[in-house]
Amino acid sequence: MKKIATLIALFLTLTACSEDADDNAVAETNASVSFKFTHNWNDQLLDSSNFENLDLTNENGEVINIDRIRYLISRIELINTDNNLSYVFDGYKFTDLSNEDTYDFSPETNAVPLGNYQLKFIWGFNEQDNINGAYPDLNIASWNWPDMLGGGYHFLQFDGMYNVNTTNPAPFNYHNGTARVSEGVFEQNFATITFSESFTISNNATIEVKMNIAQFFTNPNTWDLNVLDTPLMPNYTAQKMMQENVLSVFSLGEIIQ
Amino acid sequence: MKYWITYCLLTIIICSCSKSEDTINNNDAYVPIPYQLEVPQHFDQLLIDPIIPFDNPMTEEGVSLGKRLFYDRILSVDNTKACASCHMPQNGFSDSNKFSIGVSGNFGNRNSMPLINLAWNFDDKYFWDGRALGLEHQALEPVTNPIELENPSWSDVEDRLNNHPEYPNLFNQAFGTSTITKDLVTKAIAQFERTLISGNSKFDKFLNGGATLTAQEQEGLNVFMDEERGDCFHCHGNPNNPLWTDNQFHNNGLDATFTDLGLGAVTGNPNDNGKFRSPTLRNLAYTAPYMHDGRFLTLDDVIEHYSSGLQNSSTIDPLMKKVEQGGVQLSEEDKNNLKAFLLSLSDPSFINNPAFLPQ
Ligand code: HEC
Ligand code: HEC
Repeated sequence: MKKIATLIALFLTLTACSEDADDNAVAETNASVSFKFTHNWNDQLLDSSNFENLDLTNENGEVINIDRIRYLISRIELINTDNNLSYVFDGYKFTDLSNEDTYDFSPETNAVPLGNYQLKFIWGFNEQDNINGAYPDLNIASWNWPDMLGGGYHFLQFDGMYNVNTTNPAPFNYHNGTARVSEGVFEQNFATITFSESFTISNNATIEVKMNIAQFFTNPNTWDLNVLDTPLMPNYTAQKMMQENVLSVFSLGEIIQ
Repeated sequence: MKYWITYCLLTIIICSCSKSEDTINNNDAYVPIPYQLEVPQHFDQLLIDPIIPFDNPMTEEGVSLGKRLFYDRILSVDNTKACASCHMPQNGFSDSNKFSIGVSGNFGNRNSMPLINLAWNFDDKYFWDGRALGLEHQALEPVTNPIELENPSWSDVEDRLNNHPEYPNLFNQAFGTSTITKDLVTKAIAQFERTLISGNSKFDKFLNGGATLTAQEQEGLNVFMDEERGDCFHCHGNPNNPLWTDNQFHNNGLDATFTDLGLGAVTGNPNDNGKFRSPTLRNLAYTAPYMHDGRFLTLDDVIEHYSSGLQNSSTIDPLMKKVEQGGVQLSEEDKNNLKAFLLSLSDPSFINNPAFLPQ
């Protein structure tokens, strides 16, 4: 009996010790990295509480209201700038601006070796991942991209009204996904987002990624909603302009560790 | 330290004691048989698992009790109406009346809702305006609603059930207690409602390789999926979302001014005025009339609404296109094809399933 008691005591002591270690000390060689996405329209921060209520002016001068923004990114990757080894996080991130629970991304499998890194991810899904119907959580969000346009999934659904300062506001549906060249001929349309900044991961870290929604209408293509409002999904030129504009939408924010 | 050891030993002893006690109890109590939901194969593959609350696991006894309660007029104040009076199997568990009639002949301003694949309503918000959270919680309302089953209070219903010759025993078999409470009544009903699965329409058979679509149905699917024509899929699902709804709230352009604020009355947010939950497009052949107020008698009326009848308002969904012209003006051929496709989502085996009908 005494032996059992001692064993229990020992066990308790041990667990107590290891808990301490987790709480205070630096993970010796690996860090857990999570991501926090913030959204803005130039200087204006957007979140679930305000994004539907703002009159926003785009580069071309139209005043718009936003109804809905949902977007998908995947293959979030940290590339070690010393040895070029990359650490790719599992899964994808589906964000709905109306639901703040979707702003953060905390990958489960998460052991990034300490070191100097650059961040990279895919806008949407690349061809390998953009498989028709393969992701139940995206299916129930009706996030699918029609077969007749190449199938797979949306990358972006950005809906709202423009010319809201006039007597004739009109809807726009800025939806991005696979581009249809002609009937039955499709072209991949994802984008690789790379950030030039290098940073040091020395501890568990939270990396902020900023998304400036205004840039979808800005750079390099100044978007004229009077010409390109809806439907844009089957419009090859519009799809390719979106693929170009998304490259200037994201920037690296604060890194907290 | 010594105290710790004693404490640990004590815990171990207590645990082992209580275990043996459990076993003794279990020998006496009836153990209900776990119920296995029959999930269609393509649901299993394309959708996330149905939601079954951990505090209301499904059992054979619970489901069959829930079914009996669903059809039993004992739940109404004067024994004249049951849930099924307004949720009739032959109508896809909805009502062919524009507004359902309650016990004393009163009616409200909402059309009854079909009860289809509710276990896949992942946000768990029920009613046209989403005001009830959870299916168990939803079932509390109709029993005391003054235009539905009209009981002055739940305790009257509990008394009637507790004094019934059979119900106490049935509750004992399902839940291990013969004391009937409103919580157990709604748990049983919710278990039955979760079994109301529809996944065997012609279109489902087509997806599973067991049927071919006519040219008209195929072309109708194209209209549905075409952003330039129907553009229905952004709110009503697609072949990879066989629920045929997003279960989200939208204003689909029915009115320029609102007599019923819908979601807006629930959230208090004016941006939500005139928004209602997108219904599933399954079983439309049986669920007329359509929309939250049952304003459209036929599918032709519904299609005409989206094609040329849109009404502008400040909360209209931007997916509603060409509102100033009333809509995208589908051709007659597109309208007919769209209708043929919509009807391929109706599932006769759902309304005739003997497991859903009273014994
Ligand atoms: C007098 C007619 C009537 C009776 C009786 C009635 N209902 Fe209903 N039911 C309705 C109406 C009308 C709605 C829609 C109301 C609304 O949205 O405000 C509804 C909605 C529902 C919904 C929501 C479905 C969804 O997808 O959100 C469920 C579930 C439901 N009823 C279950 C029941 C149950 C269970 C009972 C019996 C305890 C019952 N009803 C009795 C008329 C009735
Ligand atoms: C913006 C989202 C949206 C789009 C796009 C949309 N719907 Fe709807 N649909 C709804 C909502 C919301 C309702 C319920 C509205 C109400 O009752 O107030 C509805 C109701 C219906 C109903 C009535 C079902 C019932 O049980 O009462 C049918 C049928 C329907 N839609 C078919 C279609 C078709 C066909 C299209 C394409 C031409 C379409 N919808 C496009 C959101 C949408």
